[in-house]
Amino acid sequence: MFLINCPFCGERDQSEFSSGGEAHIVRPKQPTELSDDEWAEYLFMRKNIKGIQFERWNHVHGCRKWFNVVRDTSNDKILSVYKMGEKPPVNYK
Amino acid sequence: MPNYRIHKTEYIDETKRVSFKYDGKTYFGYDGDTLASALLANGIHLVGRSFKYHRPRGIVSCGAEEPNAICQIGSKKDLTEPNVRATELELYEGLEASSQNCWPNVKFDIGGINNFISPLIPAGFYYKTFMWPKSFWKKVYEPLIRLSAGLGKSPTEPDPDIYDHKYVHYDVLVIGGGVSGIIAAKMAAKNNLKTLLVDDKKILGGSTIYQNNESIKIDDKLSSEWLKNEIQEIKKLSNLTIKTRTSIAAYHGYNFLLAKENLTDHLPEEKKKNKIRQRLWKIRAKKVVIATGSIERPLVFNNNDRPGILLSNSINKYLDYYGVTCGENIILFTNNDSAYETSISLHKKGIKNIIVDLRKSASSELIKQAESLGIKIYFNHVVTNTFGYRKINSLEIMKLSEDGNTTIGDKIKLSCDCLGMSGGWTPMVHMHTQSGGKLDFRDKDQVFLPKENSQDQISVGSCNGDFDLENIIDKTVNKINKFLDIDNQDYQETNIICSKENDKRNIWLLPNKIPLGKTKCFIDFQNDSTAKDIKLALKEGFRSIEHVKRYTTTGMATDQGKLSNMHALGIIADTAGVKMGTLGTTTFRPPFTPLTFGTLVGRNVGKFFEVVRKTSMHEWHVENNAEFENVGQWKRPWYYAKNGENMHDAVQRESKAARDSAGILDASTLGKIDIQGTDASEFLNRVYTNAWSKLAIGKCRYGLMLNEDGMVYDDGVTTRISENHFLMTTTTGGAANVLSKLEDYLQTEWPELDVYLTSVTDHYSTASICGPNSKKILNKLFPNLDLSDENFPHMSFKEDKLENINCRIMRISFTGELSYEINIESKYGNSLWKMCIEAGKEFNLTPYGTETMHLLRAEKGFIIVGQDTDGTMTPSDLQMDWIVSKKKYDFIGKRSLYRSDTIREDRKQLVGLLTDDPKEILEEGAQIVSDIKSKPIDMLGHVTSSYFSPNLNKSIALAVVRSGKTMKGQKLIIPMENKNINVTVSDTIFLDKENKRLNA
Ligand SMILES: [Zn+2]
Repeated sequence: MFLINCPFCGERDQSEFSSGGEAHIVRPKQPTELSDDEWAEYLFMRKNIKGIQFERWNHVHGCRKWFNVVRDTSNDKILSVYKMGEKPPVNYK
Repeated sequence: MPNYRIHKTEYIDETKRVSFKYDGKTYFGYDGDTLASALLANGIHLVGRSFKYHRPRGIVSCGAEEPNAICQIGSKKDLTEPNVRATELELYEGLEASSQNCWPNVKFDIGGINNFISPLIPAGFYYKTFMWPKSFWKKVYEPLIRLSAGLGKSPTEPDPDIYDHKYVHYDVLVIGGGVSGIIAAKMAAKNNLKTLLVDDKKILGGSTIYQNNESIKIDDKLSSEWLKNEIQEIKKLSNLTIKTRTSIAAYHGYNFLLAKENLTDHLPEEKKKNKIRQRLWKIRAKKVVIATGSIERPLVFNNNDRPGILLSNSINKYLDYYGVTCGENIILFTNNDSAYETSISLHKKGIKNIIVDLRKSASSELIKQAESLGIKIYFNHVVTNTFGYRKINSLEIMKLSEDGNTTIGDKIKLSCDCLGMSGGWTPMVHMHTQSGGKLDFRDKDQVFLPKENSQDQISVGSCNGDFDLENIIDKTVNKINKFLDIDNQDYQETNIICSKENDKRNIWLLPNKIPLGKTKCFIDFQNDSTAKDIKLALKEGFRSIEHVKRYTTTGMATDQGKLSNMHALGIIADTAGVKMGTLGTTTFRPPFTPLTFGTLVGRNVGKFFEVVRKTSMHEWHVENNAEFENVGQWKRPWYYAKNGENMHDAVQRESKAARDSAGILDASTLGKIDIQGTDASEFLNRVYTNAWSKLAIGKCRYGLMLNEDGMVYDDGVTTRISENHFLMTTTTGGAANVLSKLEDYLQTEWPELDVYLTSVTDHYSTASICGPNSKKILNKLFPNLDLSDENFPHMSFKEDKLENINCRIMRISFTGELSYEINIESKYGNSLWKMCIEAGKEFNLTPYGTETMHLLRAEKGFIIVGQDTDGTMTPSDLQMDWIVSKKKYDFIGKRSLYRSDTIREDRKQLVGLLTDDPKEILEEGAQIVSDIKSKPIDMLGHVTSSYFSPNLNKSIALAVVRSGKTMKGQKLIIPMENKNINVTVSDTIFLDKENKRLNA
């Protein structure tokens, strides 16, 4: 059970949050211009990394804000949290 | 009756005699006893039958590792509990226990015959034999196995006990209250850290608390006396919370641990009443100290499972802690020094005993002490066989060869009434591995030890492989100072004297002249697996420990192989000729010991099982005989049974009344989202498939919401209240998810939009009145409101006051009838409803529930998201292309509507179905086919909604059928268990295709 440091509320139990999958997948601005394959890339393809992964989380039973998390999936350590729209920390690339 | 209680101890209160029943017979013990110690005091060793061979089995241990003494407690249908370990169960007045694995009774049973046919029951026997013939499984094998397996009985009535949950936060959690745990807790708490110390026993002190050997001393005192003093000290520390009878069940990530506290299990029946039985502690600790100790290993030799054969240290505890001797003529069989402590203790109490030691010689203080007391020691000897059916009465020993691989010389037969075995010690690394820590293997004494930590935790004491007291205390102090970054000097001057073990000899499977195939060398007592089974599994090609474990069922019982895993690994390593450390271990999964369901569930039972949401009109529904349906957490009226009607009759009556005159529905549960902001209409454009910019103020529009994959997600009517203010409705079940989805897009994809979302589902109550007379009823309620089609047409919105309270009125329809939805602040909901009912009396205004609502909308072919859709339906599949804007550049899911898969012609599509026999009502979910002769039968789709329409006087159904759009008029078949139903594909709209009734 993680402890997640919501950038708006502080450290809270995982049960207050819901996970929203991989982060930094931007919805294409012009979906109609895309081929089936390009659209499928956006729609379906997700990484499943053993190691450092960038994820979206929502403080659903708290401030209801979405934010980003850097998590090492091999030991579940959360290395960083940052707000939507902020640049991902470069040292985890 | 024999009495094996031979001396007084401070842990047994002989002034408090306790009577209890075991297998129907009454016995006596004392306050402080466990069921196991009380049984042993009464001379009872035989407590059950083994799982596969039904061999007599006795108490083996004194703790959580017990494989044999498994009991059923109590006999009441609601309070009986299986799988309780007699070694952990504290005795109380009136306790009723019975041995679990012994049908029909413990002294004689049919299963005992398995013992003689055991050559026929090798590893994997159940897999190999009972697989065939298939029909035998259900009728013959399973009932037989269940009957003889004796896995205990579950209660058959709800548990009346109270359970509780508690969340706590600590700086330091110490698991285990032995020497090292007590030292760690004291150091932490004295350094101003908020500390919690838990121990599963009744009192702190571990195995040192009853230590009485003169050669083991701390500061010139017996180690037990020294420790008692320490316990007194820590009880005074204000920073330290001590919880006894509390065991850690699971160690999760981020130092989150679950502990079970036993509060009343040790109390007599009348004192348990109205008290919390067990409490689940949910602990967050900044740092965790694991001091869980170690458990003694059995030895694997022929017939090592007879009653009267125990772990050597358990014999010691029964003697020095409980005052009970396990026999009068005891043999101790060991490969290490610890059995000598037992031997000396027994000797001091006048119990005759001798030692059989695998080692060629040994030279520690303890051994010298035993020798000087004149205790007979057979070095370099091995037990090769034991005798006695219901209890051991003698055994044979032989000399070991130089390499330890064979026995030599003559058999020596020794009589005894009890055998203690000690195969060394296994550190309890369960907590460490559960936390994600890795293990190292130490060859010297063949133990797995904690290695890397992934969490902020540390192991100290014998669970870290430190076995003698000097080592334990010195290392614990050093490690804790470092771990907590403190400089505690309390133990700087502590002077520890203890015997040091110098000699080791470990043999996992002891040699024997008898071929292995003819021996019974048990490894897992609870699941009855032997060394032979492990070897057979290897012979058959199994290599991975996880596979061997499952094939032989070793370590798979309720004790999770606490006594057996190491031996299984050792025998595999020896047989395969590999190093044990390279094999890895099986996974230690939580819980460490079994938990009751009650503890896990806590208070969340009965009406607290889930949140119940009721509308403000709920009371009226109850008073008017509504049957309720659960829709998500909501209680919705399903139908209102009048004068003992059944559901069908009620729904037929309600449906007819709604179309003939007027009906009223509590629609308060529909999700309502208040949407405001200068970009609100642009936002709706992006989330719905149709266009919203041009929706005039005061108008309503139906919208369909998709996922990005193009599949229908939700639907509902949204009203434009003012330029920048909309009220969206969602399905009842979808409300929370729709809000989350909209928030997600707003926060992450379109943060530039000026839009604010607020859930107002609970803030408004809604009465929906439909039917040809609805306008007249509205007119009575709102006499000043112009209800003419010109002023208040279909799909529009007005505000008016009912008395002085503002109402939002929408003229929208889910039934196809002229229909109004009146929304009012929830606190007035019940009044609104009653006023509607009153006003509608002269028009036979009939309250109807969800079932009638579903029927009425099905007559009109309106879909219900989640019933006629299942996350794989596009708008086109639903024949709703009309709602998808061709002009809009983008909306959620648009691009997916022309993926190669979504434009397939042969997708499942929504159609209507009419049965050839108009009285035949289809079953929802029934499969649809066109040809029942060719096998396998090609499934075309299934029925999604089905009703008998009283307004059309025939059965109607909606269904999804492959290529359904092109099949109108085609005959299809619905094969049921006892007949085939013929149907014809029809339009999805069954009634009033021209929508005349909307403006009736
Ligand atoms: Zn938050």
